[in-house]
Amino acid sequence: MTADPAANPTADAHYDHPHPRKGFFTDTSICIGCKACEVACKEWNRNPVDSDYELLGSSYDNTGALGANTWRHVAFIEQGAEQIDRARESGRALVDLGMPRVGPPEGAASSKTTSQGTIPVTQAAAAGCGSGGGGCGCGGSPSPEDSADSSDGQGPESPVAASVHPDTPDFRWLMSSDVCKHCTHAGCLDVCPTGALFRTEYGTVVVQDDVCNGCGTCVAGCPFGVIERRSDGVFEPKNQRDSPPVPDTVKVPQHGVAQKCTLCYDRMKNDQTPACAQACPTTSIKYGDHDSMAATARERVAQLHEQGKTEARLYGANPNDGVGGTGSVFLLLDEPETYGLPPDPRVPTADLPYMFKRAGMAVAGMLAVGAVAFASGGRR
Amino acid sequence: MGTSFGRGGATQSLQDMANADCIVIQGSNMAECHPVGFQWVTEAKARGAKIIHVDPRFTRTTAVSDKHLPIRVGSDIALLGGLINYVLTHDLWFHEYVLAYTNAATIINDDYRDPEDLEGLFSGYDPDSGTYEHTSWSYRTAPGYEDEGAQDSGEDEHGDQKSGRAGGDEHGSGGPPLNTNHPDRDESLQDPNTVLQILKRHYARYTPEMVRDTCGISLEDFDYLARAVTENSGRERTTCFAYAVGWTHHTLGAQFIRTAAVLQLLLGNVGRPGGGIMALRGHASIQGSTDIPTLFNLLPGYLPMPSVDKESFDEYVDAIAVKKQKGFWAEAEAYTVSLLKAWWGDAAQEDNGWAYDYMPRLNGPHGTYQTVMAMLKDEVEGYFVLGQNPAIGSANGRLQRLGMSHLKWLVVRDFNLIESATWWKDGPEIATGELRTEDIDTEVFFFPAANHVEKAGTFTQTQRLLQWRHQAVNPPGDCQSELQFFFELGKRLRAKLADSRDERDRPLQELTWDYPLLPEGEPDPRAVLAEINGRHLTGPDKGKPLSSYTQMKADGSTDGGCWIYTGVYADGQNHAADRKPGREQDEIASEWGWAWPANRRILYNRASADPEGKPWSERKKLIWWDAQHKRWTGPDVPDFPVDKDPAARPDPDLGGAAALSGDDPFIMQADGKGWLFAPRGMVDGPLPTHYEPQESPVVNPLYAQQQNPARELFPHPGNLSAPEPGTPQAEVYPYMFTTYRLTEQHTAGGMSRWLPYLSELQPEMFCEVSPELAAECGLEPYGWATIVSPRSAIEAKVLVTDRMTPLDIGGRTVHQIGLPYHWGQGGDAVVTGDAANDLLGITLDPNVHIQESKVGTCDIRPGRRPRGPEVLELVSEYQERAGLTPSTSNTKVTDPQRELTAEQTEDGSQ
Amino acid sequence: MSRFSPLEWPVFRQFRTADSTGRSSAAVSQHTRDITSRTETADRVVQSVCPYCAVGCGQKVYVKDEKVIQIEGDPDSPISRGRLCPKGSASEQLVNSPGRQTRVLYRAPRATEWQQLDLNTAVDMVVDRFLESRRRTWQDTDEQGRLLRRTMGIAALGGATLDNEENYLIKKLFTAAGAVQIENQARI
Repeated sequence: MTADPAANPTADAHYDHPHPRKGFFTDTSICIGCKACEVACKEWNRNPVDSDYELLGSSYDNTGALGANTWRHVAFIEQGAEQIDRARESGRALVDLGMPRVGPPEGAASSKTTSQGTIPVTQAAAAGCGSGGGGCGCGGSPSPEDSADSSDGQGPESPVAASVHPDTPDFRWLMSSDVCKHCTHAGCLDVCPTGALFRTEYGTVVVQDDVCNGCGTCVAGCPFGVIERRSDGVFEPKNQRDSPPVPDTVKVPQHGVAQKCTLCYDRMKNDQTPACAQACPTTSIKYGDHDSMAATARERVAQLHEQGKTEARLYGANPNDGVGGTGSVFLLLDEPETYGLPPDPRVPTADLPYMFKRAGMAVAGMLAVGAVAFASGGRR
Repeated sequence: MGTSFGRGGATQSLQDMANADCIVIQGSNMAECHPVGFQWVTEAKARGAKIIHVDPRFTRTTAVSDKHLPIRVGSDIALLGGLINYVLTHDLWFHEYVLAYTNAATIINDDYRDPEDLEGLFSGYDPDSGTYEHTSWSYRTAPGYEDEGAQDSGEDEHGDQKSGRAGGDEHGSGGPPLNTNHPDRDESLQDPNTVLQILKRHYARYTPEMVRDTCGISLEDFDYLARAVTENSGRERTTCFAYAVGWTHHTLGAQFIRTAAVLQLLLGNVGRPGGGIMALRGHASIQGSTDIPTLFNLLPGYLPMPSVDKESFDEYVDAIAVKKQKGFWAEAEAYTVSLLKAWWGDAAQEDNGWAYDYMPRLNGPHGTYQTVMAMLKDEVEGYFVLGQNPAIGSANGRLQRLGMSHLKWLVVRDFNLIESATWWKDGPEIATGELRTEDIDTEVFFFPAANHVEKAGTFTQTQRLLQWRHQAVNPPGDCQSELQFFFELGKRLRAKLADSRDERDRPLQELTWDYPLLPEGEPDPRAVLAEINGRHLTGPDKGKPLSSYTQMKADGSTDGGCWIYTGVYADGQNHAADRKPGREQDEIASEWGWAWPANRRILYNRASADPEGKPWSERKKLIWWDAQHKRWTGPDVPDFPVDKDPAARPDPDLGGAAALSGDDPFIMQADGKGWLFAPRGMVDGPLPTHYEPQESPVVNPLYAQQQNPARELFPHPGNLSAPEPGTPQAEVYPYMFTTYRLTEQHTAGGMSRWLPYLSELQPEMFCEVSPELAAECGLEPYGWATIVSPRSAIEAKVLVTDRMTPLDIGGRTVHQIGLPYHWGQGGDAVVTGDAANDLLGITLDPNVHIQESKVGTCDIRPGRRPRGPEVLELVSEYQERAGLTPSTSNTKVTDPQRELTAEQTEDGSQ
Repeated sequence: MSRFSPLEWPVFRQFRTADSTGRSSAAVSQHTRDITSRTETADRVVQSVCPYCAVGCGQKVYVKDEKVIQIEGDPDSPISRGRLCPKGSASEQLVNSPGRQTRVLYRAPRATEWQQLDLNTAVDMVVDRFLESRRRTWQDTDEQGRLLRRTMGIAALGGATLDNEENYLIKKLFTAAGAVQIENQARI
């Protein structure tokens, strides 16, 4: 394992031009499930379709999961009141445990202190939205006086007058755009025998298709099931016929090569935003320096808790988890399993030193036994 | 909206939605159908606004809203009327705003009778023609001006000619004319005939309980909505409504929008930041295609097409607007002359009525559905289908396809071989045996079209903004733009007729048709836009572009193809191509594109200030009167004469803009006011009134009159309707269905079902049903179901979901089925499937002739539909069981007692 | 491009770059090092507008060798701020769709298949049919002798993805020819 990779896994990579670690923050609380990310990703990367053109049987999701061709995937989950309550409780419990770190933890957990804490969030949001400003009417019953107060442009006090469970819905439809996590300890990278996978100068993990020999070791190495080999490498729509010449760019002959999100490595090299984040209509997918993404994510969780939406929690931002934290962080509104994400991802190679030790002892033991046997045999 | 405010466009920009304190999305699934526009709703929410979604289904819009109110399809007027009643009874209307800026204090004729008095009909109903005569809805003339008497508004048409007019959409940029310049007013609002008092009586029975029993919305949910809307309106706060075709696709569509307009006027939410009514159009230039219409009843700029009874230019012009009336619509003559000069140049002279007689005349409605009916009668020989897929996208797809099989020739211009181009070989009627390819005489021409990057031109998007697209590449192969195709078609038609001496050919011969060509041989679209903008034809500025429609003259010294677009080419600059980045501008962003009228971004913005010209509040400040410089000022272009003092009270008989008072913010209206009550302009009533859809399992809880008595009917064996509710036969089609779009597909699929990336995301036709309905009918999740309507039967995969809610309507459980309508049967697309629109019937809103495609009744059963001719047998087995005939549910007046009373009223008012 | 160099051997690279794990800079191939955003290679960028719904999102169209190589959101637009929905994001596929028709097709009466037709011939055929139908179905006056001056034998239905300039010419031409049944998606 690298020395102190949590902050920046490229610290010991010795690039000529080091960059801050880049990553996504996917805020599922404002995702509208439009799948612009899926299309923008495929369009940019010239990925083939991933479909038999039949309903998958999974709400509005018809691409199923991340894979060789689908590098952004939107999950749709329908839930009733009971599950919502459970999610709220489990989210609150996370706060009570102090993880994720949310403002002053007591504040969010206690209904008596609703107007405190997390002020920077509200300010930041208001500052970011241009003119207008003004009162926040969520939850309470705003009156003209309230808004007059808050429209004077100062009002550092959060105008949120939320109860803990405002408008508890009896139904919700969760949408979440999943993507490669670009782990701090990346299993795929650790096991790649060819050097096809590498850690970029932005701290992301990318496959070099000219190097990859399609051995597939990485597929088993990913605790999230993200990376996959492409079986059919040519973009071929169903209605292909003797129509106009297909632009060369549409063909992607990458048969057998391991595939996954590159965080648009090519775009990053020119200071462009990855295609999915660029397209996302509601900024549910944000892109930037990993540190600031993680900070924004924490603030957003705090803000939602402040509004009583204690189901909100972070995923992937914990440097002490089994992958050393992820480069792509998520704000989820339920347990990770709900979204098909592993609750406790663990890079397989995390156990390598231990395994080496055990294996070494075993080998030593075997040698010893062999030696004894040899010795005793000689005495016969 | 044109009738209420004077212009038929969205009142504000999408960006302005971020300024709202509450947004009610009703009749729209904005997050799915306008995802990128929805960012402004997301932003409003982040700033603290409350987002409420009123919709039959829980959609992706609902998922990110604060509250969902499931509603029975087609009952929106009952809900909005309930809100109006709530506002009036709780005295929550914005008194100063309403008194000054609306016609609340105006007094209506004593002859007026309300549906409350007449069991669901307004006074003036003519049972023979099924239309209204609206004299009794008029304003009362103020004492001392009675001599003015019945100022001839020219709108005294009768019978079929009247039904040929379209009320709502002709007022896209100018309200209807009034009978008087001196309406009587009672500022105390006490006179029982003031609009406000009539409004109170009209909506008195629209109580929360009535809303519950009509819409299926609980008392608690109604209270939540009513409080949210009223608490977020007033001086300091504003509420915005957003709608789309969930409102327009009804036999009452125009009245749905009117109801919201009345409510927004009462709450003072028009002309102010974060307020208004956002009309979410579904296509890149749907606003543009009514502004510069390819519509039978309109000329550019919402000037009406001439009808047969307007035999001279003067008669025509007088019927649009009375010259002495207030506001800018009084100048309609100048706009018309300029249009005729643009089209016929020197051939249009005063002595030939500016070539008025070169235009064909209407004598009835000639909309697309009437045209299909005419096709079935072999009256239409040739049909151009341009970037449109009526075989899938229009109501009653079977009649659309059968209609096309009666044509002599058909021209389809599109990117792909859409179903409207291939129905003769692989359409559903080939499969059922109704048509045989070898027997179809229709010639079909398919011309490949250039796409949006292969041509330059303007789209007018949903907030009336013209945006120029630059050409990126040349079109491949035979692909052409419509511009080039029609330019060429016109050239060749004119060449063939060059030597004709037939009078009928003169309009073509003398048409101005010389556009400069680009190097590739196409006409230069900038030259066309410049013609639309208009020019000075004489004087020192001869040849120069007009900079404003106020420069247009009725003496032939100017031309201009669409007066509301005048200014887009001011100073010879193509302002539609203005591209100052948004981040370098204020939030009005007036240097990005060009919005009609006159680049105003928030319409009626005079109303953002109080009658004295001061902003209602600092927080909602937009335009105000700068007393020092004697000018209206602010970040937006004032939608008002810029130097008119708020205290000005000129003589109304001055006419035109000069007659506008300083507190008349609705400058296209004949009285300068927002119309709570519409004395003119709506053919089916001055106030929105709840009627049931053409097909409904529910008996109208409010009136004995079941459906809109003025709706347009098409009795035809291929267009049967379900029986009236309450009869045993009606139970043959017990469920309601509604149709809609998904984010991943586009309308009838011509631009999405051929793309693998979009097709894989929504590959198959499905229906959405509640678990309760699935249990009732034995439907398996993701199995197949067959849906049978009185017209057709289709199959779909089943999505069983809690997002569909059975509603309790007056003790009856009403189930609604959701059907996306993107798929069609054909052989060419990446994904195909049955077309939801085949289920729909054709019954139209009488104002705008738009079909009721958001609601119908049906049955649903497990399993796939039969194949071949058996599907026809299934449909007719249902029809027989229900006893359907072409006259079923096609009686306009449904109350057996009604006809007599209607006649009496007619007598009484004469 | 890159010529073989012993220094590019991975093991040398690893030492040369001081990338001790050999999984970062040392692993970078020449191909990877040369990667660049394809929009950077475009010959020109053109500002356009998305053709799907009526939000009117700004698009940037990247062109190389007279082919569209990328369409993405235009961050300059104050309405869309550079964002696009799935349809807008797919519009490059709309433009370059392999299934797109680029030739005129003609189906004769009672024919069971399409045949190809020269564009020029096809337009002439339409002109002839237009004039013939117009002649056959012409109405000078109504039964009361009032002017009609029209044909009810020719109709049109347009989509709402047509440009204003195009709609203008269509309305102008058809009105002059006396055809009134000219409609579009706005009615639907």
